[in-house]
Amino acid sequence: MATASPPAEIYDVEGAASYLPLPSSPTPPRPSKKLLPTILLSSFLLISLILLLLTSQTPPSQLKLKLNDAAADHTATPLSRGVSQGVSEKVFRQVNGNALTFPWNNVMLSWQRTAFHFQPEQNWMNDPNGPLLHKGWYHLFYQYNQESAVWGNITWGHAVSKDLIHWFHLPYAMVPDQWYDVNGVWTGSATILPDGQIIMLYTGDTTDAVQVQCLAYPANLSDPLLIDWVKSPSNPVLFPPPGIGSKDFRDPTTAWLSPGGDKWRITIGSKVNKTGISIVYETSDFIKYDLLDGYLHQVAGTGMWECIDFYPVSLTESNGLDTSVNGAGVKHVMKASMDDDRHDYYALGTYDPIGNKWTPDNPELDVGIGHRYDYGIFYASKTFYDQNKQRRILWGWISESDAEGLDLMKGWACVQSIPRTVVYDQKTGTDLLQWPVEELESLRGDSVEADVKVGPGSVVPVAIDSASQLDVEVSFELDEEAVEAAVPEVGAGYDCTTSGGAANRGVLGPFGILVLADDNLTESTPIYFYVAKGANGKTESHFCADELRSSQAPDVVKTVYGSSVPVVDGEKFTIRSLVDHSIVESFAQGGRRVITSRVYPTKAINGAARVFLFNNATGASITASLKMWKMGSADIRQFPL
Amino acid sequence: MKLPFIILALLQMHEITQIKEQTLIETACANTPNYDLCVATLRDFPSSADADVAGLGLILVGAVKSKAEAALSAVEELRRRHDPEMRKALDQCWISYKAVIAADVPEAVAALTKGVPKFAEFGMSDAAWEAEICEGSFGNEAAATPLSGVNKEVHDLAEVAVGVIRILL
Repeated sequence: MATASPPAEIYDVEGAASYLPLPSSPTPPRPSKKLLPTILLSSFLLISLILLLLTSQTPPSQLKLKLNDAAADHTATPLSRGVSQGVSEKVFRQVNGNALTFPWNNVMLSWQRTAFHFQPEQNWMNDPNGPLLHKGWYHLFYQYNQESAVWGNITWGHAVSKDLIHWFHLPYAMVPDQWYDVNGVWTGSATILPDGQIIMLYTGDTTDAVQVQCLAYPANLSDPLLIDWVKSPSNPVLFPPPGIGSKDFRDPTTAWLSPGGDKWRITIGSKVNKTGISIVYETSDFIKYDLLDGYLHQVAGTGMWECIDFYPVSLTESNGLDTSVNGAGVKHVMKASMDDDRHDYYALGTYDPIGNKWTPDNPELDVGIGHRYDYGIFYASKTFYDQNKQRRILWGWISESDAEGLDLMKGWACVQSIPRTVVYDQKTGTDLLQWPVEELESLRGDSVEADVKVGPGSVVPVAIDSASQLDVEVSFELDEEAVEAAVPEVGAGYDCTTSGGAANRGVLGPFGILVLADDNLTESTPIYFYVAKGANGKTESHFCADELRSSQAPDVVKTVYGSSVPVVDGEKFTIRSLVDHSIVESFAQGGRRVITSRVYPTKAINGAARVFLFNNATGASITASLKMWKMGSADIRQFPL
Repeated sequence: MKLPFIILALLQMHEITQIKEQTLIETACANTPNYDLCVATLRDFPSSADADVAGLGLILVGAVKSKAEAALSAVEELRRRHDPEMRKALDQCWISYKAVIAADVPEAVAALTKGVPKFAEFGMSDAAWEAEICEGSFGNEAAATPLSGVNKEVHDLAEVAVGVIRILL
């Protein structure tokens, strides 16, 4: 009986009858010398039977252990999983039953490729890696699958540019050819030493699927293209330390100098149960490391921290800072990519290198629970310091939000964001400002301007052809009297993600622009502000990107992204929106809030794409001042080697 | 007389570990939208008894693959009837299930094996979506389509896989 395995057939656990009949009373002990052993034997048998019964009868509710939070997440907050990669949205998405199969054709699919965002010629790309500037060339490396338009078989792709916009493809920098990275040459970061030596640290996935850190460096520093790379014979240089899971140890950062100026420190993200953590190593040669005590920072309930980024920002100057800077007039940004909700979070705080601690300015805006770089699709981001122009520049990975079948048909998936400068927002003191690098403006061509008052419930076309590649800058003023007269809105407050989008009207909004719209507005993507009077009489503003009507196709994600946005006294409502075929990157209030959307229109493409100003408020007019430029192609291609 | 005790002690330890392994299946399945389907599917595979959560995920991904292959066969069978009203829907279903088998499943297997579960979640979430897309491609008139049964099976099983995979995140 004790040897029986649980039955293989399907059975209802909760209502199951016993697998075995209940035992009758145990065998009565035989009076003999063997009394004690017999009693023990019988007890053993009885216990075995009871154990068997337990395995077949215990209902699952008693066994939930520590998974309640995860279960609650799954059922209670489906939207939060969805938006960044179009993941759980797929459960709650309304597949448009009215459409028969959508007749995607080559024109629609080939239109989706971007003109001035970085992407390889084909196949899959994810995290940006090791960005750096060397001998006048900006370098970008990236996670790449040379075999398919889906993640897998990861190598390091490589491209170079003089201006962060016009890129040239180079051969792969690293492929999975060592036992310690045969299962993946994963994400890493570059450190440029004072003598000009370039250190590249990256995560390798070993033959046993253990995550380790590895060192690589250019074969030839005098090659401005840094084509060939050498993996250190000392690899791996770091194995997962005690207490850290072998699959929870990846994405080493750029190094910064220790207080003594004689060693370097890096941080690597991980988790302990559901607490995301940042562990720090110190090294003088990038080969031998000491693990510092404690965590640089941790936040409970945030899960695994991927792609940590840790860097200083100036509180007073508009330039970026070298990663090693610390001191007065400086705060440190701690950023991590949250594995479980697929968003990048940052927080501002103070770094104590002696105590190996970073402390957030506001624990309610801590890493993983506070600000996001981008309220749309944006993950695995990483900054680097541009030492020539003294800027801190941010790269972010933008995935697709269409069904995989479409990616396979297209033959490619994913792009990088336009590189953005990052500076501290001196007006609010609680935000970073991101802005497309100024070199992007070299692609600007013909422009169109419009200064117009738009009454409640109006749509105004803005005449331009070629509306698939645009740089739009627009500012809005709300009618002051209407704002004064508006009564506070009742209810819990606006939330872009549950608002139903630009079609739902309030007194003071929504208003904004429609991009990738056709003449009849059967397809359009509103990028808009929603303003409401709060209970305290002050207006609260929200910035949203609405994909609900972005496409007639059923096999693409259609949701609303966005968040609240502080509008400082005296500021107009401003939007800069980069439209580049299937990607729209929109910046509100000078980059205080950013939303990246992937949209896949079927009609509003090529010659049929239009731009409109709109005001869907019921009780206020807006005055809009718009300038937009047609954008040329960045002509990204193979380097003529 | 000592030998039976030793044997029984060993069997009891086996029993106790058996409880723990079944408990893992049950706790993992409690994290999915369809507990019964999850438990039933896992119990079809004896290897589930010794599997960790990633291993359970791999079993479920394998089950999704089998169902998707069955769906693809059903699509091809229907296509052989050359029914013009169904042609477009079947074309879409073929694309969808090809994506599940050629992209979603290999991605999920690689991700679970290598310890980057988010890509496994992405793959299985897409598999559920592809099944919905196939079903929706027949139009909203019909309560049932010729593929409703197998579409629902793939969808529900993929959602179960997502639930188990999310434990790893």
